[in-house]
Amino acid sequence: MAAPEVVAPPLVAADDSRGRFGDSFFRTLTLAAGILIFGILALVSLYLIIESLAAITASPDKLSSGQPFWAYVAPIALGTLMCATIAIVLSTPVSIAVALFISHYAPARVSKPVGYVIDILAAIPSVVFGAWGMTTFGPGLVPFYTWLSQVCAPIPGLNQVFGTASTTGRTLLTASIVLAIMILPIITSQCREIFIQTPRLHEEAALALGSTKWDMIKATVFPFARNGIVSAVMLGLGRALGETMAVTLVLAPGILTANLIGVGNMTIPAEIALNYPEAFGMRQSELIAAGLILFVITLGVNMIARWIVSRYAEFSGAN
Amino acid sequence: MSKRIEADDVDIYYGKFKAVEGVTMTIEPRSVTAFIGPSGCGKTTFLRSINRMHEVIPGAYVDGKITLDGDNIYDPGVDPVTVRGLVGMVFQRPNPFPTMSIRDNVLAGYKINGRRLAKSDADDLVERSLRGANLWEEVKDRLDRPGSGLSGGQQQRLCIARTVAVNPKVILMDEPCSALDPISTLAIEDLIRELKEDYTIVIVTHNMQQAARVSDVTAFFNIEGTGKPGKLIEMGPTEKIFSTPDVRATEDYITGRFG
Repeated sequence: MAAPEVVAPPLVAADDSRGRFGDSFFRTLTLAAGILIFGILALVSLYLIIESLAAITASPDKLSSGQPFWAYVAPIALGTLMCATIAIVLSTPVSIAVALFISHYAPARVSKPVGYVIDILAAIPSVVFGAWGMTTFGPGLVPFYTWLSQVCAPIPGLNQVFGTASTTGRTLLTASIVLAIMILPIITSQCREIFIQTPRLHEEAALALGSTKWDMIKATVFPFARNGIVSAVMLGLGRALGETMAVTLVLAPGILTANLIGVGNMTIPAEIALNYPEAFGMRQSELIAAGLILFVITLGVNMIARWIVSRYAEFSGAN
Repeated sequence: MSKRIEADDVDIYYGKFKAVEGVTMTIEPRSVTAFIGPSGCGKTTFLRSINRMHEVIPGAYVDGKITLDGDNIYDPGVDPVTVRGLVGMVFQRPNPFPTMSIRDNVLAGYKINGRRLAKSDADDLVERSLRGANLWEEVKDRLDRPGSGLSGGQQQRLCIARTVAVNPKVILMDEPCSALDPISTLAIEDLIRELKEDYTIVIVTHNMQQAARVSDVTAFFNIEGTGKPGKLIEMGPTEKIFSTPDVRATEDYITGRFG
């Protein structure tokens, strides 16, 4: 039986398009997607800058506060940073602990449900968190705040941070705790994914050297996950900086103060959300300018995160 | 310095699956013992039960008695962490810690366990361990560089240095050369011959020539079929196993009739 003759395709095809179309199509598509991101970012920045120029350059008497723009925006920018930083400080250790429990300590039948519950937490709308913080959680914290204020009263420094307690509980610390709960699932699920990916080979290497489980985790899981943890925290921080609804509802706005459990403080997103509906002309420009400042802050935070990650690139698990 | 290992009727399980059955053997100190046999015959599983690394896998456990100079490592009062300090292990693929420098990799056993070392002691230990692993000359000028930047063979010798540094009594090697080129393999084999002066060495290998070259005693494991447990078929001086084995299956395996 004669074998069917196989004809090799000519090296130079008559029409030079076999399979090539798909390649070039997807190259164009991905390029376009990449350009689109830059385009959107550029347009947003452009819009913010143009709209806010009026407020930034205006003389103080034309502005709503009667002060220069920077004097208006600095307290709420600081408030935003304080609120988000406290949320991150509270949330990160808990998130890492929960993620570690799920990835390395809990038996499978426990870790799965815990993981689901954490993920469900992420699905709760922020307005629900806000309403809960305003009506239940905040007032519930009042006795604790009162006690804290009394305990800290004689201690210099601490009596500034935990000064006269608010009677409603709708303080910056309450807002931060609510934010911390909101960003918990974000950081936890990210960390869990990274912890699971720790190479088994390295974990076993550490164990074989006679280390305990916790030592093994410190030596292999954390270093391997460092970049991922930084990214996860930055993702959480981004959410905390930009979170509007929950903070707007929880925080009773006031002037900038170091007292975390008293009346006062404001964040940029909440300021915009509260005032934008009735704003026009110069006031609108003021709020957009505040938005521009928030945009710059988040951009800066992300660039710092990138820088941290890149510093350790050589010693990361990637090579 | 090195210790005698005795296994007495050891069964090893992964959950309900019995992977190894009824292994009884004695491994002499200051010798190299090679485990050979076809894939899935349980030689690596048995090796990993000597430093209690087997039970790291969820559901896995060991039934039986393994002693180090008479002390049962599976005694309920024994902490596996202690056992692993006495019985070091070198893995199939070189696995230096990528987040640590070469120096820190050698000191990993100390650093991880939070033990403090004076700088001069640490320097001595690093040099001694790296010399012991025949790696010192190649890396002495770049001790602060990442261990992952070395070649595969160098990485494996770094892993041996790391193991030697914690001063174990026994060193287990799970196919230490299977990911290496022939030159690096020879370097490791030379090293194994040197290390047996001080340690009890057990090596799993798929490479028959390697077993013949480095080991004093060879143990042949086999498996009757898929789903059946692996068993120790025959154990004896390497020259005997490779020339006149008692069991037909051993001869068939060694002459390449199967496996």
